Amino acid sequence: MRGELLFEGKDWDFETIQRIHDAVATIAHKELGLDTFANQIEVITAEQMLDAYASTGMPLFYKHWSFGKRFAQHEGIYRMGLQGLAYEIVINADPCISYIMEENSATMQTLVIAHAAFGHNHFFKHNYQFRQWTDPEGILDYLSFAKTYIANCEERYGHAEVERLLDAAHALMPQGIDRYPRKRPMNLQLEEKREQDRKEERERLYDDLWRTVPGRARGSRQLASDKRRALLGLPQENILYFLEKVAPRLKPWQREVLRIVRLIAQYFYPQQQTKVMNEGCATYCHYRLLGRLHETGQIGDGSFLEFLTSHTNATRQPFYDSPSYSGINPYALGFDMMRDIERIVREPTEEDRYWFPEIAGTGDEMEVLRHVWANYRDDSFIAQFLSPRLIRNWRLFHVVDDREHPHLEVAAIHNERGYRDLRRSLAAQYEVGGYAPDIQVVDVDLAGNRKLVLHHRVRDGKMLELANASMVLGHLANLWGYEVLLQEIDATSEQVLKEHMVRPEHG
Amino acid sequence: MHIVDRRLNPGSKSFANRQRFLRRAKDMVEKAVREASKDRAIGDLESPGEISIPSEGTREPTFRHTQGSRRDLVLPGNKDYVEGDLIERPQGEGEGDGAGGQVGRGDGQEDAFRFILTRDEFLSIFLDDLELPDLAKRRVAQTEKEGLRRAGFTTTGTPANLALHRTLQTSLSRRIALKRPKQQAVDELERNIEAAELRDAAEAERLRGELKTLQQKRARISYLDPIDLRYRRFERFPKPVTQAVMFCLMDVSGSMTEHMKDLAKRFFMLLHVFLTRRYKRVEIVFIRHTDRAGEVDEETFFRSAETGGTMVSSALQEMARIIRERYDPGVWNIYAAQASDGDNLSSDNPQTRELLQNHILPLCQYFAYVEVSGPNSDTHGYAPHHGQTSLWITYASLQKESEKFQMRRVSRREHIYSVFRQLFQRRAAKTAEAN
Repeated sequence: MRGELLFEGKDWDFETIQRIHDAVATIAHKELGLDTFANQIEVITAEQMLDAYASTGMPLFYKHWSFGKRFAQHEGIYRMGLQGLAYEIVINADPCISYIMEENSATMQTLVIAHAAFGHNHFFKHNYQFRQWTDPEGILDYLSFAKTYIANCEERYGHAEVERLLDAAHALMPQGIDRYPRKRPMNLQLEEKREQDRKEERERLYDDLWRTVPGRARGSRQLASDKRRALLGLPQENILYFLEKVAPRLKPWQREVLRIVRLIAQYFYPQQQTKVMNEGCATYCHYRLLGRLHETGQIGDGSFLEFLTSHTNATRQPFYDSPSYSGINPYALGFDMMRDIERIVREPTEEDRYWFPEIAGTGDEMEVLRHVWANYRDDSFIAQFLSPRLIRNWRLFHVVDDREHPHLEVAAIHNERGYRDLRRSLAAQYEVGGYAPDIQVVDVDLAGNRKLVLHHRVRDGKMLELANASMVLGHLANLWGYEVLLQEIDATSEQVLKEHMVRPEHG
Repeated sequence: MHIVDRRLNPGSKSFANRQRFLRRAKDMVEKAVREASKDRAIGDLESPGEISIPSEGTREPTFRHTQGSRRDLVLPGNKDYVEGDLIERPQGEGEGDGAGGQVGRGDGQEDAFRFILTRDEFLSIFLDDLELPDLAKRRVAQTEKEGLRRAGFTTTGTPANLALHRTLQTSLSRRIALKRPKQQAVDELERNIEAAELRDAAEAERLRGELKTLQQKRARISYLDPIDLRYRRFERFPKPVTQAVMFCLMDVSGSMTEHMKDLAKRFFMLLHVFLTRRYKRVEIVFIRHTDRAGEVDEETFFRSAETGGTMVSSALQEMARIIRERYDPGVWNIYAAQASDGDNLSSDNPQTRELLQNHILPLCQYFAYVEVSGPNSDTHGYAPHHGQTSLWITYASLQKESEKFQMRRVSRREHIYSVFRQLFQRRAAKTAEAN
């Protein structure tokens, strides 16, 4: 079943793209059983790619200086030729939008379409994290609403005012995420309507006469501490959410902006947690898809070699002592693990049968992979599927760097005794709690001086980095409008290790 | 599947963010621009520039962990370690931060980065820093003379502007259009009447009637009607002064240090920006002198030093010669800036003064003398200091006499602009008063 070549040489036009897409789609859906959102492929220039890069990959975004900074950084690196542009950006939306750059050769376009428009697309549609936290149908409308809303705020309240607010909100963005699902599922389309309704309601209820009615006498009873905390939903790890709901001095538009930043942070949260899997899935898919296109004679040998070169570059993992080592490459780890699962399913060894009794030798690797892509995130995926074989291939070893000891110690290497340790330790590095400081709002004295109290639970002596922390706390105090106290508390002994006290700049 | 060609609406989305970033990083960008302009040639100041900004100042803080007491690293590529091995703590910390580092990447890197400014951005920041635009605008407004030029005709105006020719043309076409009888026709009819009176009285009577009608018609349709009047219309238009030459005079005798030349260069740069904003074309002439003067290129002007005595008059003579040969004062606006440490051969002073007063100043729009001194002398501006130089004393009296001539001292870079401003603004203020 040798087909006709989809293209020859480097050049492509829209028809070529259509042909490529259709050919890839046939294999993806029929042979690999991928299930994707409809695709939208957008052809853009290098500058537009930089642009999209700068605004966290989104096609429309509100304006802020930090995106200008990021653009300049990327542009500088790109111009110096240190780094080619990522050849793809893909947006978790329905239809799923993939950008392809005009400069790419036809082969690269094929790679990008296979990788993004099918690999990532399938992952977005099925992974439980994305299903839980994102709303692909509403996102573009929501971003468009956010952009207009913030632009209007700039017009009404001035650039400086909005910029200050966004700076503060961005600083707290990692603390603007719900890590555990609450009741309400995500529906971004309703967001704009909600704000609109709220505005109309305010206008409807507005009655200047109320201004002249004498206020109620202030409640003198102070709520019991527990009751108060329960009312405020404390402790609360989502600081942006807390501020939006409770901060006494914020104006309605400021709350709305905090909400926008928070919802966007939440939207990107699953991407952080599934980087290895997501890239692994996309890379594995493009590898299978292009391999199949080559097998069926739809792309030539030259193209296939060009593809392999790029693929190999992307999935290269330098060893720790190489000058080019910069951590573990998620593309490499993800891809190797997917391939490894394929191997275990198809040609298991005795060891595999022992370690992976459920999947070893079951024969249909796509069924297993689809299940994995849908139901795991990086930490659980690694904890479950990093095989001894792969640990040996990668020659992984675990080093403990304890400040109290003069030397680093090798805790485990790639041998029988080390597998479980390595798997656990590597998985731990991808745990959410592993990299984001655990900071919660624990109390607030609403009847008194309105001081906000936060706790940072310190593990392994990982205190907050001071310079950054005091800047963020400054922002927090400005949003809160009153004093803020952050206590760093040892997670095991509950001892207070350090206190930071910040006052707002004005008032 | 849907293909969209986004290239069609490139609308640089980054522009607004870029503007916001520049505004945000204003101080650092300004500093970088100042640094960058240091190494530029005077005429290159307006070309786009690449500057380097430390990202430190535009940091986006988030809560981050310190390293803590214990770190667990899982690394690939073990060669010969076995469990329990102890490894020397590597010197360069931060190496191999594993997956945690990967996740946090993006704002974890805080190196300086290069930023390419467009010509306009570069210049506006360079000038903004110097608050020049205001000054420049005011100056431009004054020097761009308002000219009047013919702009067709109008039906109203003063008698002095009556366009006779055009008025008569209009009148003629009106007369033709209304069929006003010509004088010739009247004359001819009169002659016919004379002839007819002799022969045939009835015929003469008829002709007389005809003449009467003719004359009535002539009376009704006047030769010149108010509606024929046309006046010359004049239109005001700004008359740009088109070309200027800037003379850079510098003492390069051994006593001029690099620091002093740097000060001079900055001063010349400002002058150049100032002039390019004002004129279409600005030429620069570099004249350096010791006890002899010569025209050189920019590189030689600022880089090389000579030894020998100092005769300022030689430079002025050279300047006068170049003006004579190449820059007709009727066509060129002539500016000069002289930079010197003020050390002149005392016997040369009278001649210098005489040259400047009688030969150079009458040709110049403006002549600025900048006395540069070492970084440790903190005099600047007009404040006289203890050791007044011979040139300073010589020039001091000139300043009183002519507004075209101003002198200032400068010892530190950061004072250049204020000195420049004093030199140019003062005169601007006076002209403004005069207007």
